[in-house]
Amino acid sequence: MTEDASSRHCFAVLVDNEPGVLARVIGLFAGRGYNIQSLTVDEVDASANLSRITIVTTGAPMVIEQIKAQLGRLVPVRRVVNLTEQGKYVEHCTALVKVIGTADKLKEAQQLADQFGARIADKTGNATIFELTATTHQIDSFIHKIKTCGLVELVRTGSIAMSCGEFIIDVPTQDTNQRQAEG
Amino acid sequence: MAGAMQAQKQNLMREESKTSGQGKTVVPVPAAMSGAEIVIQALRDQGVSTIFGYPGGAVLPIYDALFRQNSIQHVLVRHEQGAVHAAEGYARSSGKVGVVLVTSGPGATNAVTGLTDALMDSIPIVCFTGQVPTHLIGNDAFQECDTTGITRPCTKHNYLVKDVNQLARVIHEAFLVARTGRPGPVVIDLPKDVQFAEGTYQGPKQQHPTYRPQIVPDRAAVEKAVELIASAERPIFYTGGGMINAGPQACVLLKEFVQLTGFPCTSTLMGLGAYPMSDNHFLGMLGMHGTYEANLAMHGCDVMINIGARFDDRVTGKLSGFSPNSKKIHVDIDPSSINKSIRVDLPIIGNADKVLEMMLEIWRARGYKVKAEALKRWWQQIDKWRGRNCLSYKQTGSIIKPQYALERLRELTKGKETFITTEVGQHQMWAAQFLRFEKPNHWMTSGGLGTMGYGLPAAIGTQMAHPDALVIDVAGEASILMNIQEMSTAVQYRLPVKVFILNNQWMGMVRQWQEMLHGGRYSQSYTEALPDFVKLAEAFGGVGFRAEKPDDVDKVILEMFKVKDRPTIVDVSVDPKENCFPMIPSGKNHNEIILGPEENQMGQAIEGDGMVLV
Repeated sequence: MTEDASSRHCFAVLVDNEPGVLARVIGLFAGRGYNIQSLTVDEVDASANLSRITIVTTGAPMVIEQIKAQLGRLVPVRRVVNLTEQGKYVEHCTALVKVIGTADKLKEAQQLADQFGARIADKTGNATIFELTATTHQIDSFIHKIKTCGLVELVRTGSIAMSCGEFIIDVPTQDTNQRQAEG
Repeated sequence: MAGAMQAQKQNLMREESKTSGQGKTVVPVPAAMSGAEIVIQALRDQGVSTIFGYPGGAVLPIYDALFRQNSIQHVLVRHEQGAVHAAEGYARSSGKVGVVLVTSGPGATNAVTGLTDALMDSIPIVCFTGQVPTHLIGNDAFQECDTTGITRPCTKHNYLVKDVNQLARVIHEAFLVARTGRPGPVVIDLPKDVQFAEGTYQGPKQQHPTYRPQIVPDRAAVEKAVELIASAERPIFYTGGGMINAGPQACVLLKEFVQLTGFPCTSTLMGLGAYPMSDNHFLGMLGMHGTYEANLAMHGCDVMINIGARFDDRVTGKLSGFSPNSKKIHVDIDPSSINKSIRVDLPIIGNADKVLEMMLEIWRARGYKVKAEALKRWWQQIDKWRGRNCLSYKQTGSIIKPQYALERLRELTKGKETFITTEVGQHQMWAAQFLRFEKPNHWMTSGGLGTMGYGLPAAIGTQMAHPDALVIDVAGEASILMNIQEMSTAVQYRLPVKVFILNNQWMGMVRQWQEMLHGGRYSQSYTEALPDFVKLAEAFGGVGFRAEKPDDVDKVILEMFKVKDRPTIVDVSVDPKENCFPMIPSGKNHNEIILGPEENQMGQAIEGDGMVLV
């Protein structure tokens, strides 16, 4: 295997929304020793029974190529796109941050939230939950700074991502697809 | 019984005739069948005539449906692993999908080794597993296991069917997935209540709604490949199991292309028989125990044409030193095989027959010619390597050399329609080196997984597909004990399979590695209490023969040919010290191949990184 440097890649995977499909994807990564930095999934088209998985992974170029090909082998996988190779893309995740503290600290937290564009999702008693949707870097930075303000609990979604411009990730139709099925 | 079946068929026919005389669509009368009956009907519509299985509580409705019909023969094995290997042998020798039926829990877990074997060797299998009733799933019920969870990584795909109305569709899909693209095993897990429930049947569809493996290659890539092939000065065809899976027609096209170009051809263990081994263009098998000429030609070639092989570690040796100066063309039906371990210059995705057809067409249409002078020099070099006679051995004295026994087997089976299966170990490598396969689908061996115990059940499956052919399991005395219970199956179905044991009293390949790598400390590789294989054969109701001296070999082979109605075990006592050569030590390059014991510096040859490789 090549000793090429590892790099970060973001994959968009369209799959049939059926039982076990996520287990197939996760099992593939675990079984073949690929890294998962983050993974999110939800249904995107109920009528076509499609879910979209966003996976952030790291690996050497040959490994990244393998990940794409191995995902493509899974029968319920309809389309795999390496967004990082495809071009410019937007990648966001959301964090919920619970802060409990004195009025001073809370004020400080509120200032930070304003600075980062986080909103208050809930306020119950002394506890405030901030919600921030941003890039992972921005969220890292927000969390780092709000720690001193009485951060007591944290949860983050994995990344969701979409390519910029007119490139669309949909399922291949019979016409656009060059592949041919055996009779 | 028969009347009921008749009625059912009529029902189905009614469903199929959907339009009336005036072209007005008539609502089809749904043919209500039980899940178990749907299974049988779907198998019939898939053209299945033979299945291998073992009954149990969770599949009793299907066994009941089997009892009430005559078109599908069920072969009762003695262990579920045997059922899958038998189905593999059946599939590999016939080109059809092998079908397995086992119960839940232990039935399913026992099948796992066979399923993994089929996955590694790309063998089309559909395996039905019983499951506890839907409402008990997840309850730790008796004989429950998470079959789809357990088999997910060892199948190409699997299904848990919870709705009887989806059953027929799923079964037909499973067959399509198993046999198209890169073939593989598919499991259908069937809860018992679904087998009892009534539902509607639907016939096979020609296409999967979404799964579309690429069969026809990209023409531009093939054009580039042909151009590269024509420019070659030191070319080699490197062919693998994908050739066999692509079918006999692909092998005809390969032969045509090899002979048209006059290029040398080598094959992986899995691909033996795709190109006739007796032809002069064939250099023998390559890889760890491949021939000197094949490995050195791979190392020294300038254009490598890989068709349906996957650069397995047994073939490549050290990756950084693998065929360092060649342009590599890689034809594979599975995109994930491309650039997995070896970076190639020209990948082509497609089925081998379609690719070869296109290559030949382009070669002829453009009037390409080979570089005759360079090719002549290349062959002169290859002939020098051939002159080393790397498979030579000396049969002297009264101890039978395993190579001699196989050479006699080769000579005496000439002209007979012969299928060979093997177990795993030294005998398997010697069989690959010393037997001759002139046609595809006549060589069944566990290549990827290396499953001891594969050969006997595979031979049973092969014999079921070819009742009149000679089917021989070349075995070792250790491997054969791993599925010896299948002798009982062979006796029950009067299958004249021959088990040809090269008995050296050791787990030979383990002993060889211990000798070479672990200072001759033979830890647990000697079997101290072997059975008397002649008596064992007789105890099962088969026939046993023993060969102890070189003169006995021909006699026992001829005797075993005479047995036509039951299995035979031939116990050949061979030299316990013999090692399998040539050998590329693990972690080494093709040109560091060791030819024989006289240059055996293996202990020194393998160091550091090589030690940890298997």
